[in-house]
Amino acid sequence: MENIYLSVQHLNYSYHSMQGETVALTDISFSIKQGDFVAIVGPSGCGKSTLLSLIAGLMDADSGKILFPMLTRSESPKIGYMLQQDHLFEWRSIYKNIILGLEINHKYDKHTKLLVEKYMKDYGLWSFRNKRPSELSGGMKQRAALIRTLALEPDLLLLDESFSALDYQTRLSVSGDIARIIRKQGKTAILVTHDISEAIALADHIIILSRRPATVVSQIPIRLTLQDDSLIASRNAPEFRQYFNLIWKELEGYDESTSL
Amino acid sequence: MTNQQAYEKNHRSHHYLIHFVRLLILILFLALWEITADKNYIDPFFFSSPSRILICMKELYQVSHLMSHIGITLAETMISFSLVLLVSMLTAMLLWYHKLLSEVLDPYLVILNSIPKSAMAPLFIVWLGTGMNTIIVAGISVAVFGAIISLYTAFRQTDPEKLKLITTLGGTKKDQLFKVVLPFNVPVILGTMKVNIGLALVGVIIGEFLAARKGLGYLIIYGSQVFKMSMVITSMFILCLIAVVLYSVLQILEHRYKKRGPV
Repeated sequence: MENIYLSVQHLNYSYHSMQGETVALTDISFSIKQGDFVAIVGPSGCGKSTLLSLIAGLMDADSGKILFPMLTRSESPKIGYMLQQDHLFEWRSIYKNIILGLEINHKYDKHTKLLVEKYMKDYGLWSFRNKRPSELSGGMKQRAALIRTLALEPDLLLLDESFSALDYQTRLSVSGDIARIIRKQGKTAILVTHDISEAIALADHIIILSRRPATVVSQIPIRLTLQDDSLIASRNAPEFRQYFNLIWKELEGYDESTSL
Repeated sequence: MTNQQAYEKNHRSHHYLIHFVRLLILILFLALWEITADKNYIDPFFFSSPSRILICMKELYQVSHLMSHIGITLAETMISFSLVLLVSMLTAMLLWYHKLLSEVLDPYLVILNSIPKSAMAPLFIVWLGTGMNTIIVAGISVAVFGAIISLYTAFRQTDPEKLKLITTLGGTKKDQLFKVVLPFNVPVILGTMKVNIGLALVGVIIGEFLAARKGLGYLIIYGSQVFKMSMVITSMFILCLIAVVLYSVLQILEHRYKKRGPV
């Protein structure tokens, strides 16, 4: 067990309301290696987003541990979080949107300025820096949102259905794009999705959750034989169907109404 | 002519038509008023007439320092309005920041807002005397509670996902307030200001009715006491003009905000 970046152990979480207790997660355990791109799939409403919020430290678990074995005790993990929508602010220019996180953390300096400029040039946004978000396409907005997250130089990226707001065509190209950017940066990433094909196409590893109360059903490593580097290549890989059917069955065993 | 040119022409002529009809209504109304008063169909002693208003305005200007009356009313309105803006913004921000506080105070705000403010004016006179303070407080009291409620309600409805974004970027509740809630609600703030400038004027006039030796409200009360209806109507007419001007200033601000480039 080397290079484990994140280790989740026996995590439990429940929501409370006056109507009663809703158990969202029961005994969730898994670990993720550094540099891995992991997808978590499960039926909608099973608690996937809750799991991400717990890992990000936005909420506290009822019991269980979230450990980062590679960090010393005094270090806290640098986590970037991408929400379902880009949430770029219309009252700010693209550039001002991208430096929002730096502004909040008082980290807007020479070094990060250069970093942001480099990212924006690399991913084709530099010439749009003074535009408003509404003047950009859905894919470009999603890339801007990614740079906003990357500007804070996170080691772990959490993607919460980050592509689900895009139309199908944009989604195929943008998700591929963004996965490639993340891999190139050598970041560890967790993508939450209910889209099985997206998970197979993007991830090295898939964790399957059951319907609520969610628990880990199985973990599947993905190895695809790729003919070329095109976006559609992974979906044409000979193993794609097999993986799809395998995951479909795992999910179906727990939820008849799983949607794709 | 291309379709685009035709569209633009059509759009412009539609605009002109609206302005023309508006103006026409005003002219017809004034003409009808003047003629009926002239022919004694309505008693000009009670109803005045446009020509009498003009004469009265000239008289007021030369004899009674009309400009200083207007100046006083304007100054009182602007002071009331600025204080309403300041107090309501700060209170709404505080209520947003402390949810418990807002939950506790909610019924009190509703009650304070629904008290008829003209009923409170006599109290203000007793407490603050007959002077500018009373008038300004009257102006504030009419607008401030409604302003707090509408601003706070708007602040509360800020997209929760946008607030979550700030949290995921490591921001605090203060960051949420200044980076999202306030800029997100600028249109609401401008809209509330538009309503409040009118309400502040109403409050100031109520105050002047009861506690002033100067100002347009005083002219109205004085005019009615000495049965100079022309003076009353002239003052009302000037009040209308002031309201229109103040409203337009805010309208222009709002327009500027919408048209501005990204920052």
